[in-house]
Amino acid sequence: MQCHFTVYRFDPAADEKPHYQEYEIAAEPTDKILDCLNKIRWEQDPTLAFRSSCAHGICGSDALMINGRTELACQKLVRDFKSGNNFVIEPLPLFDVVKDLIVDLEPFFEKYRQVQPYLKPGKNTSGKEFIQEAENQEFIEPALRCILCASCTAGCPINRANPDYLGPAALLRAFRYIFDSRDSTTEHRLEKIDADDGVWGCKTMWWCTEVCPKEIPITKCLGQIKRAVMQKKKGG
Amino acid sequence: MKHLYDVIIVGAGLAGLRAAVEIGKDAKVAVLTKVFATRSHSGAAQGGIGAALGNEEEDHCEWHMFDTVKGSDYLGDQDAIEILANDAPRAIYELENLGVPFNRTPEGKIAQRAFGGHTRKFGEAPVKRACYAATRTGRVILDTLWEQSLRRGIEFFDEFQMLSLIVEEGQCCGVVAYELSTGKLHVFQSKAVLMATGGAGKIYKTTSNAFASTGDGMAMAYRAGAPLEDMEFVQFHPTGIYKLGILISEAARGEGGILLNNEGERFMERYAPVIKDLAPRDMISRCMLEEMRAGRGIDGKDYFHLDLTHLGEEVIDKKLAEITSFARTYAGVDPIKEPIPVQPTCHYMMGGIATDADGRVIVDEKNTAYAGLYAAGECACVSVHGANRLGCNALLDTLVFGRRAGIAIKAFVPSAGRPKLPARPETKDADTIKALMNSSGKESSGPIRAELQESMMENVSVFRQKDSLNTALKKITQLKKRYQHLAIQDKGSCFNRDLLDAIELGHLLDLAEVITRSAINREESRGAHSREDFPQRDDQKFLVHTMARYDAVKGPQIFTKPVTITQFEPKERKY
Ligand SMILES: Cc1cc2nc3c(=O)[nH]c(=O)nc-3n(C[C@H](O)[C@H](O)[C@H](O)COP(=O)(O)OP(=O)(O)OC[C@H]3O[C@@H](n4cnc5c(N)ncnc54)[C@H](O)[C@@H]3O)c2cc1C
Ligand code: FES
Repeated sequence: MQCHFTVYRFDPAADEKPHYQEYEIAAEPTDKILDCLNKIRWEQDPTLAFRSSCAHGICGSDALMINGRTELACQKLVRDFKSGNNFVIEPLPLFDVVKDLIVDLEPFFEKYRQVQPYLKPGKNTSGKEFIQEAENQEFIEPALRCILCASCTAGCPINRANPDYLGPAALLRAFRYIFDSRDSTTEHRLEKIDADDGVWGCKTMWWCTEVCPKEIPITKCLGQIKRAVMQKKKGG
Repeated sequence: MKHLYDVIIVGAGLAGLRAAVEIGKDAKVAVLTKVFATRSHSGAAQGGIGAALGNEEEDHCEWHMFDTVKGSDYLGDQDAIEILANDAPRAIYELENLGVPFNRTPEGKIAQRAFGGHTRKFGEAPVKRACYAATRTGRVILDTLWEQSLRRGIEFFDEFQMLSLIVEEGQCCGVVAYELSTGKLHVFQSKAVLMATGGAGKIYKTTSNAFASTGDGMAMAYRAGAPLEDMEFVQFHPTGIYKLGILISEAARGEGGILLNNEGERFMERYAPVIKDLAPRDMISRCMLEEMRAGRGIDGKDYFHLDLTHLGEEVIDKKLAEITSFARTYAGVDPIKEPIPVQPTCHYMMGGIATDADGRVIVDEKNTAYAGLYAAGECACVSVHGANRLGCNALLDTLVFGRRAGIAIKAFVPSAGRPKLPARPETKDADTIKALMNSSGKESSGPIRAELQESMMENVSVFRQKDSLNTALKKITQLKKRYQHLAIQDKGSCFNRDLLDAIELGHLLDLAEVITRSAINREESRGAHSREDFPQRDDQKFLVHTMARYDAVKGPQIFTKPVTITQFEPKERKY
């Protein structure tokens, strides 16, 4: 069937301002939107720039806006949309556009690094694995689904208003380590995150949860952090 | 722009990152990667990583070693396989201690599950050996190693694509790389270079591999004089989603899933009475094609049903989570209620840049080292997988040999001299790019790539024979000629995919040629290389590694290297 694509184009080196370009392609209902973008690039316009790699929702390369909603281009098929085969494709909001659908994610990863995203375990003299309760692993499991696609952070209204806010992805990573029973620095992590630009930046607006392509209950996880911070304060 | 380091690691998948973590601050190291580090294809690994921990039931490294040798159809080097199996438990505990969130047993130990070809007591029955984190095993290990690299202050050059190795007086002394966002060429001078660039599944039409899996490292090392080993052995995984190739992990069968033909028969019972649906991949893929030829594909077509419906919602949701969502999203089926349509998909390169067990690239059958050049992970061939890799041994390979390469490089760097770089080492790549950009040719990458992928799928996949291989070779030769007339339409310098596609296509063509030539040369059937005109394994003539050396004029030059056999004499392979 014929599909009509309206695609955001911007090459900061050449263009003064962004514009939209129209493409007509033949696509199957089962084609991914990523397939369609590839078709445009291979058959009509090799200058169209976007990122992709795994093509099945695992690497996090191709988060962008389809018809005004944040999606992974490789995880949405033509048949998933009821927009009469018309598609508007735009880059993620919030971040600077490098070219067309490619944005600069450095600020995103900078926030990520701030939460010290690595395990700081206590001593383990067994020469084997730490013993960890299955329930504990299951508790942090939702956060393990994160593919760092930046959809949540791009979608968060607080992030748009306050560039210093850590944002949902970094906080979700913090969640993963705060609640990992093997980590020995939970107290310290909770102290650091107990800030206006930290976990309290989250105003429970649910937008991150709404857009997450991996269906992670992000807002709920951040709620768990808030509760832990409060409990720690009460406790001493 | 010029950069000076002790070590350049090309690739930020598990192999590259494990080496980086090993070297840490002991040398000045930089990691180059053409996709942002966490986008590396290791993140797509689903099912698990093998180690005889014995957390769920009795297991031994020696059993693991035997299974790997047998799985390799006796072509794997047994000294290297012994290292792999024996080092596996250490490698897993180390990962766990670094933070990898494995699933747990009720006692809180690392949980394990069954996987194809892994057995107890030398083939008696399947054994639970694969450590896993739901169906996100690769993802969580990649994240952990990347985060550990950040912690160690490793420098990353993300979205830098390596174009060539710099070699001076027989020593590798750096790389030339292209910065995706600016189009600038960078020269990285170093004492050692580690290739960890992953697989090359994009040679084939149907594959579980990423767009980035274009075999760059193999092709570049090959061009720089390093031989490629056992390239004819390409793994087709039996359960790719029909028409798409997206992988449904072997874990699905490890947890009890079964394959059915159009008669609803669990056909693997006939071919592998002992371990059935957990037979090795080469065998199941062959059986599927034979069933198809007998008209027993679903609806008479070229696919089968992977049935998980009897496993129950809890197992499917908890242990096979990602798989469920793939099936729903891409195949439109709910595996809790209906079977998933599957067919073989190109999955893994057993072959690669020939190395010794310490990651040193070797140049001949006597294991002479290529000074300053190392390789690990899927782009390398140690060889531990021989003619057929067992599931969950690839991740293990990246970690065990990534680490060993790191150790060897650390030992090499202090004593190594820094050879003088040739004047303007980037000239050649700059000229190639200029020629492509200014070319007035009529060809573009898309059609050439598509024709290559179709021809390889048709002629050089699960079953091969002389005629089909020659057809493929002819096609490749034609496509290489057309490649000379390639023109780039995107004249920009920012994320110019048109240009990068063209460069990667050059690698695919080179490697397809090596695969096909090696396959023509091997007149026997062994592991994933199944010649219909030579259906038997021939240990007399072919219990040897195929080595292919680059020759600009004559094409790949084939020679052989002996297989190391220590404990297990070659036997007929039955399951
Ligand atoms: C879908 C899928 C599931 C799998 N599941 C399992 C499993 O359950 N268990 C198992 O053991 N194995 C599994 N495998 C196999 C295993 O995942 C891979 O073999 C392994 O991860 C490869 O790791 P690597 O580090 O060698 O390469 P990769 O992870 O592929 O990384 C390659 C790196 O090289 C970089 N690179 C490539 N070319 C260039 C260049 N020119 N310049 C700069 N950088 C470059 C890339 O950017 C990337 O960082 C699976 C494979 C697939 C495809
Ligand atoms: S391409 Fe990997 S998530 Fe879409």
